[in-house]
Amino acid sequence: MSLRILAATTGRILRQLRHDRRTIAMLMVVPSLLLTLLYFMLDGQPTPPGQPSTFDRIALVMLGIFPFVIMFLVTSIAMLRERTSGTLERLLTTPLGKLDLLFGYGLAFGLAAAVQASVAAGVAYWVFDLSTAGSAGLVVLIAVVNAVLGVALGLFCSAFAQTEFQAVQFMPVVVIPQILLCGLFVDRDRMAGWLGAASDVLPLSYAVEALQQVGAHAEPTGTMWRDLVVVAAAVVVALVFAAATLRRRTG
Amino acid sequence: METAIEVRDLVVKRGKQQVLHGISCVVPRGSVTGLLGPSGSGKTTLLRAVVGVQIVGTGTVTVLGQPAGSAELRHRLGYLTQAPSVYTDLTVRENARYFARLYGLGATDADAAVASVGLASAATQLVGTLSGGQRSRASLACALVGRPELVILDEPTVGQDPVLRAELWDMFHTMAAKGTTLLVSSHVMDEAARCDRLLLIREGRLIADDSPTAIRAAAGTDDLAEAFLRLIKANTGNAGSTESGTRTNEGTAAR
Repeated sequence: MSLRILAATTGRILRQLRHDRRTIAMLMVVPSLLLTLLYFMLDGQPTPPGQPSTFDRIALVMLGIFPFVIMFLVTSIAMLRERTSGTLERLLTTPLGKLDLLFGYGLAFGLAAAVQASVAAGVAYWVFDLSTAGSAGLVVLIAVVNAVLGVALGLFCSAFAQTEFQAVQFMPVVVIPQILLCGLFVDRDRMAGWLGAASDVLPLSYAVEALQQVGAHAEPTGTMWRDLVVVAAAVVVALVFAAATLRRRTG
Repeated sequence: METAIEVRDLVVKRGKQQVLHGISCVVPRGSVTGLLGPSGSGKTTLLRAVVGVQIVGTGTVTVLGQPAGSAELRHRLGYLTQAPSVYTDLTVRENARYFARLYGLGATDADAAVASVGLASAATQLVGTLSGGQRSRASLACALVGRPELVILDEPTVGQDPVLRAELWDMFHTMAAKGTTLLVSSHVMDEAARCDRLLLIREGRLIADDSPTAIRAAAGTDDLAEAFLRLIKANTGNAGSTESGTRTNEGTAAR
């Protein structure tokens, strides 16, 4: 790995993004629009005494899920384009290391996700009065780590797709089960044993638990930090697997 | 004469099909070597093997004294793929500057590479908005920007206007004069005459490996296209004797 090449690669990916104004607009606006929808959808729902409102509960989790889903999709297509356009093969004949490329994607889209998550959190807190016991900064931090998880999984999954059609279908395979089992719809400890076990090995469950910890506690808890470390470890594992899919020699 | 590339008994399979059947050849340093042959003859596969991105069956490829694909070679080699492999959503200049950075070079070098392929006036255009010929030149600029010792170009002049094509060939010779080794594939015979040496490949077998003058003399004609036709006929006519004469290992494989 080389810092110079990593920085150049991160800059290149951000420059590509900058030329695509519509994608930038959608990255920034779509999560806020979805939060708006959620707000009006849940407006007037009764709040059980002593519990957070339904909007507070769901919006908090969504702040982590939106960047995860969006960055997974964006990255798997971006990486697939590298593979199909021949730029990947060419890059691998240059001094660029595999990790320079993968970390470059992680950094570039992680930065984009940081802006995205900040905008969405800003809208949630200021416009829709989201209230969490812990700080909004932690919510954004968890959202960004989660986005990088989406990036890492996207980099890995793109290796198994030959076309964009196939690539987008990894979303239902990789992302939706994690959303269903993350504890948003059914509490994880009330799931059947085998589903609970599945939930325990899916990284998104930890990100959601970390967000719920911020929602319930004024100070960052040990559980929250542990969860964040688990998600970060999942990122590293996914990147290592992704690196293994980058072959300098092909048939 | 120093050797830049040495290929020995190279056999490559793609899928179930064998595409190179034991090729042996040598490319001298500081020269322009043309790799000529019809579409599907194995040119790209041979170039990929030299670059080190092709999984090879048997045989060896030595590049600048090292096995093809060695990590150290990645600083010394420039590769132009057949389809332009540049980022269509970046400008020509941004592409060149990115590839320059990979080799530790700066914006000035990148701009010089862009100018050298005649794209200075289109430098700020997105590659996606360029014509096919311009796109392939943008890709060429990125292959040359690292000032490689060895340049592997897969059909660099396809779709270029004749004036530009002549300019590109002049540039290749200027580079060779300064010590760069160029291996350039083409399926256009009139480009063959511009090379210092020629490798003619057909159906995964090497038919000729010599200077254009020697090939003309051997075939007894001044027209290179005609010379190649005669060589192919001679090769297929008495395949047994010529093949076993030059490449004994293949003679046995053919039977």
